[in-house]
Amino acid sequence: MIEIKALTKAYGDKVIFKDLNLALANGEILAVTGPSGIGKTTLIKTLTGLEPAQNGTITLDDGTYPVGDPKLAAKVALIFQDFNLFPNMKVIDNLTLAPRLVKKESKSAANQKAKELLAQLGLSEQADLYPYQLSGGQKQRVGIARALAMDPQIIAYDEPTSGLDEQSTDQVRQIMLNLKQKGVAQLVITHDLEFAKAVADRNFDFAKEVQYG
Amino acid sequence: MAYLSEIMPAIFSGLQLTVGVFFITLLGSVPLGILVSLGIKSPYFSIRWLINSYIWIMRGTPLLLQLIFIYYGLAMVGFSFSRFEAAAFAFIINYAAYLAEIFRGGLQSVPKGQVDAAKVLGLSKAQTFFKVVLPQAVKIIVPSFGNEVVNLVKDTSLIYVIGLGDILRAGSIAASRDVTLTPYLVVGVIYLLMVGFVTLLLRLTEKKLSVWR
Repeated sequence: MIEIKALTKAYGDKVIFKDLNLALANGEILAVTGPSGIGKTTLIKTLTGLEPAQNGTITLDDGTYPVGDPKLAAKVALIFQDFNLFPNMKVIDNLTLAPRLVKKESKSAANQKAKELLAQLGLSEQADLYPYQLSGGQKQRVGIARALAMDPQIIAYDEPTSGLDEQSTDQVRQIMLNLKQKGVAQLVITHDLEFAKAVADRNFDFAKEVQYG
Repeated sequence: MAYLSEIMPAIFSGLQLTVGVFFITLLGSVPLGILVSLGIKSPYFSIRWLINSYIWIMRGTPLLLQLIFIYYGLAMVGFSFSRFEAAAFAFIINYAAYLAEIFRGGLQSVPKGQVDAAKVLGLSKAQTFFKVVLPQAVKIIVPSFGNEVVNLVKDTSLIYVIGLGDILRAGSIAASRDVTLTPYLVVGVIYLLMVGFVTLLLRLTEKKLSVWR
């Protein structure tokens, strides 16, 4: 589970959100919707420590952390809209990089786990390809697999289906529902209301529920 | 042919010095250039100012002049170098300034999303730099770096000004002694061979790096 309390973010005088509270149970999927530029991406960036925030705490299964604590980065995964795969590494190496460097897993253990993840996401044949050789949908699934390799407690998605065709969108939906079965809390920013309806348990309307200034 | 074998010993001993200055400059200016390129983005104004002045002086004055100042000028104020040390020092600090600008451009052209992705996976700053940013920057840098290396091959001929006997000077001595252009022709061919070799190495490197995009 994740519980966000009193999260406040401002750029100078411009308050993006103030005293934001949000909780997700394990296995829950929350859709975050609202117009562009309102601060949805900023919200998940503060959760993962990519953006500093002025105030707030984040409670996970194993304790409460002040927002921006570097320990959060490995526990809260972020799936990027434009994938951000590492172009200089093969798919399999994209997956094993962080487990080996951060979790100090052995090469064989990391490889083994990466292969299992790739198989689960239907990417076994792509293991030895470079990112530029993949389709958009495959890139997005590799992005998800790379995040899963770190066993995150929470996964946040930034518009994971924008630019994907129907079939790829459906695959992402299926992956999210599988993770839900495993009890992972997921938070997904999306403009695709149909997709939101199909995967999410709840909807968080950023425009209505967030306080400013 | 008989004449060639007569001038070759002198030309080869000049070649040794040319090649020596070439390699010592590469070995010294690449690491120094990386350090300087990182310093350009330093949060401290004084460091940025210092580095920008250094780059301005190195790029804003002829290398020939810098050689003269370092060998003769510094000797006048009590720092005396051997001729070779002075040449190596002048070449290293001059080339490091040019390389720093190239490295900076390369480092800056790696998309910020790459650093974000590494950070979210929990990689440290050093891990992010060496595993994610640097390999991508290197690919961007190689062509312009190659240009500098080719320039360096020919720039080594400037060391005659502080009395060092490089290959061009050896050719020049033979030419005026024997009143013939043949030694210059030989020297020209040797430069062409050196540049050809460097170009070949660079092409191979570029080809090796083209497995990913």
